Amino acid sequence: MIGTEIKITAEVAAEHGLTAEEFARVQKILGRDPSLTELGVFSVMWSEHCSYKSSKVHLKRLPTTGSRVVQGPGENAGVVDIGDGLVAVFKIESHNHPSFVEPYQGAATGVGGILRDIFTMGARPIAVLDSLRFGPLAKSPDVSEEEASRNRRILDGVIGGIAFYGNCFGVPTVGGEVQFEPCYSNNPLVNALALGIARRDELFFARARGAGNPVIYVGAKTGRDGIHGASLLASAEFSEESQQKRPNVQVGDPFMEKLLLEACLEVMRTGAVVAIQDMGAAGLTSSSSEMASRGGMGIEIELARVPQRETGMTPYEIMLSESQERMLLVAERGHEHEVFDVFNKWGLDAVEIGRVTQNGRLRVLENGNVVADIPAHAIAEEGPVYKRPVAPTKSPEASAPLVEFASTGADLNENFRKLLASPAIASKRWIFEQYDHMVRTNTRIGPGAGDAAIVRIKETKRALALATDGNGRWCQLAPRIGAMHAVAEAARNVACTGARPVAATNCLNFGNPEKPEVMGQFSEVIDGIAEACRALDVPITGGNVSFYNETLGRAIFPTPVLGVLGILEDADCALGTAFQHEGDAIVLLDGANAAVCNSGENLQREFSSSEYAKAIYGVVAGAPPAIDLSAERNLIDCLIALAAQRAIASAHDVSDGGLAVTLAESCFASPNGFSAEISLKTGQAVEFALFAETGARAVVSSSPASLARVLAIAAQCNVEARPIGKVTRGEFCIELNGRPRIRAAVESLRQIWATALEHALGNE
Amino acid sequence: MKFGVVVFPGSNCDDDAYHAVGAVLGEHVEFLWHRSEQIPGCDAIILPGGFAFGDYLRTGAIARFSPVMRAVERFARRGGLVLGICNGFQILLEAGLLPGAMLRNRDLRFICRHVHIRVENTDTSFTCAARAGQVLKVPIAHMEGNYFCDPETLADLERNRQIVFRYTTPEGRLEDSANPNGSLAAIAGICNRERNVMGMMPHPERAVEAPLGSADGLVIFRSMVESLTRHQTGSNAEVKASVPA
Repeated sequence: MIGTEIKITAEVAAEHGLTAEEFARVQKILGRDPSLTELGVFSVMWSEHCSYKSSKVHLKRLPTTGSRVVQGPGENAGVVDIGDGLVAVFKIESHNHPSFVEPYQGAATGVGGILRDIFTMGARPIAVLDSLRFGPLAKSPDVSEEEASRNRRILDGVIGGIAFYGNCFGVPTVGGEVQFEPCYSNNPLVNALALGIARRDELFFARARGAGNPVIYVGAKTGRDGIHGASLLASAEFSEESQQKRPNVQVGDPFMEKLLLEACLEVMRTGAVVAIQDMGAAGLTSSSSEMASRGGMGIEIELARVPQRETGMTPYEIMLSESQERMLLVAERGHEHEVFDVFNKWGLDAVEIGRVTQNGRLRVLENGNVVADIPAHAIAEEGPVYKRPVAPTKSPEASAPLVEFASTGADLNENFRKLLASPAIASKRWIFEQYDHMVRTNTRIGPGAGDAAIVRIKETKRALALATDGNGRWCQLAPRIGAMHAVAEAARNVACTGARPVAATNCLNFGNPEKPEVMGQFSEVIDGIAEACRALDVPITGGNVSFYNETLGRAIFPTPVLGVLGILEDADCALGTAFQHEGDAIVLLDGANAAVCNSGENLQREFSSSEYAKAIYGVVAGAPPAIDLSAERNLIDCLIALAAQRAIASAHDVSDGGLAVTLAESCFASPNGFSAEISLKTGQAVEFALFAETGARAVVSSSPASLARVLAIAAQCNVEARPIGKVTRGEFCIELNGRPRIRAAVESLRQIWATALEHALGNE
Repeated sequence: MKFGVVVFPGSNCDDDAYHAVGAVLGEHVEFLWHRSEQIPGCDAIILPGGFAFGDYLRTGAIARFSPVMRAVERFARRGGLVLGICNGFQILLEAGLLPGAMLRNRDLRFICRHVHIRVENTDTSFTCAARAGQVLKVPIAHMEGNYFCDPETLADLERNRQIVFRYTTPEGRLEDSANPNGSLAAIAGICNRERNVMGMMPHPERAVEAPLGSADGLVIFRSMVESLTRHQTGSNAEVKASVPA
């Protein structure tokens, strides 16, 4: 019998976030009441964040296998074969709640956590991307100055935290995206994606084996920080008292993580390591129980041996601490000293705290007294699984009044300027220049230069492409279609650089899963992702679910963020968005062969969900554009073929802000200040033709000599290719049906676009 | 000819310097662990960028006490070539091998972008292959690159032609808007009086392959190789001359 200080009742369990049924389950597994430490172990491991208890039944519907997939969901990160005996290891993860409570450290430790997930598998991190969502930065009738100023502060802290951690660690932050909606005001989203490279035959897994093998604790000392980060912060809604949860946020030390990286990769080369797992959410508890469970073994640890930074820590605190920059590894008995030598070289703690056992139990001792004794499998794998009630999704926005198109005579120049200045469209230079996006000298296409980031793999001809996307507004209006767009846009962005999309990772950000309509959104989104991933052949290899993104009962838009990985066979074929040569032909590619003649009302409905409708008319209504996955697939094939055959000089997909913004961005990105002269024939409303966000489209440029080849390749791929103008040094001009609708000096437009974010942040 | 790249705990541009010298330039290069007290057989030492010892206390303040720095100092006093890049520059300042100090960037933010620097002096072992006034496009990536020193030191630097690089416009004009971090006199890099130790905030090792944005940094490494070759040929000639006929 395990002695316990206080009587553990259902009420005490409830304070730890366990329901009465969950508590009964704990009693049944143990055959007795749990000790306080055991209660803590169950409460974190069965929290939503760690157990996926609400999402599990739905996640099963995602496609997770493919010819290149080496490791799907269930390990620390997904693994994909990229040829030459190498694998890409990648995953995206959220750190939303901590980033609201303490933006700088919350975002920093989010980056730190995902980096450990990568190098714990034996891969050296080579790139990070961040997908961020904030509330509006400017005061408006719906947003008070207090709220706007808090949003600016959160953004500033989050960017600073990401930069602090990634820059010091020495991984380039090469891309990502930022969106703004009022629903993120009290619940910003910080999703960090990391990519690493390893040799396929040198991967490491978190599977303990070999009874008697030593369990070794390495890295930073354990403190009281972050206790219950996973269960209290990440698995509950926020109230007005949330700021008091600041002690639950961990503090990051990227220098320590850099040392841990080098030491871990070095120790892995000695052959002495059997298994390794980082101590992330739920710290020592999750790393020990998961390694034991996955290996079908048990683990016994002595807490008195755990390096501690504070005195008087209880077993409960040591087991639940989420102190950063720590790892747990299992070594080959007799080779401990090889492990100690490496960590000693790097000045890090490495202490044998226990051993692998055959009994399948997680046994925790404190000075020889048992404080927890639980079947490891029960903690890690037998958590509750809920089939929560699902209600049809209903968004008030979907039935809101639609945009009325401007009269045909309207002057759209002013609207265009306003659109370029909206934070969602404006240049993100102010953000990405704070990130070291070049360290490790692999960045072929960095932030702002392409639709996806491209990092080369030294000593091969290949490069990897990565893009993240996710439109919360569209998912709010129609979760399933919105989710399909997230997959399609990320894949399209990867293809625009010339790379072939091969796999995906997803971060699913939602409200409270105990609300049937939130679960309805979740279920729909899973179906949408599954369908699009199958159609575009990008299996999901991992990711993370973040529920309870609600403050004061108000949920965020359902926001699935997709990270798609692509392989570029020849890094020299990498394409950016910038126009390259004066006189080049500009071609609009349309996988859906344009003339999908929607009725007037459908056009209005899909236009009402666009960035333009929001920025110009303040409307969020209607539905996302209809999606045609075979059209997306054709366009992707076409873009890859055009790049591989070096037929084009630039490619940029049509997305936020529509065709006009796409064209302008290709001008802005060109170092020579190129402009574009465009002439289009259309039967659509003028605003729709210029600013609609219909999918499966991209703008490419090619030399006049290559134009015929471009058209031929497009035809082979069943993609419509329409020459619509040329690259010039003159004014930026878009003519519709013979009439100039947008005409301005390109430099004046660039100025607006380039400085809008700084203006909004008050940092000019 | 052998280059040595020092690895401090927290160095993170060590691999990049190694790649630039080894794979791109094709010269022999080795890593030197910060605890080693010897730097055997090295002809040039690079202190790479990064966050040595986390830059805790002050950038470079702890790294200067690493055992390897004693060897680097001896090497420098004997006339060996020492190039400090970014954090390496900060360490050279802390070690007193170069004068001055770094302040936080003018706008208090980390800045990573390509900038333009003008070659102010070609009579150093790091710029002898460049043209005077040549403008190089090289990236910066730092939080504390705002060079500062007292007026006497600045006058000394000017008088002894120790200012090697200044931030300029792409056309080579000195303008405040071209100075990314507020450095005094737009200083991007300086050398010692003996001209064998140079520190610079921009990263030439990130600018050695055109597909990554610029190959302008190559001229610095080529200058080092050229200067060492000349020196070696020279010392060989001396050796030969000293052999009785």
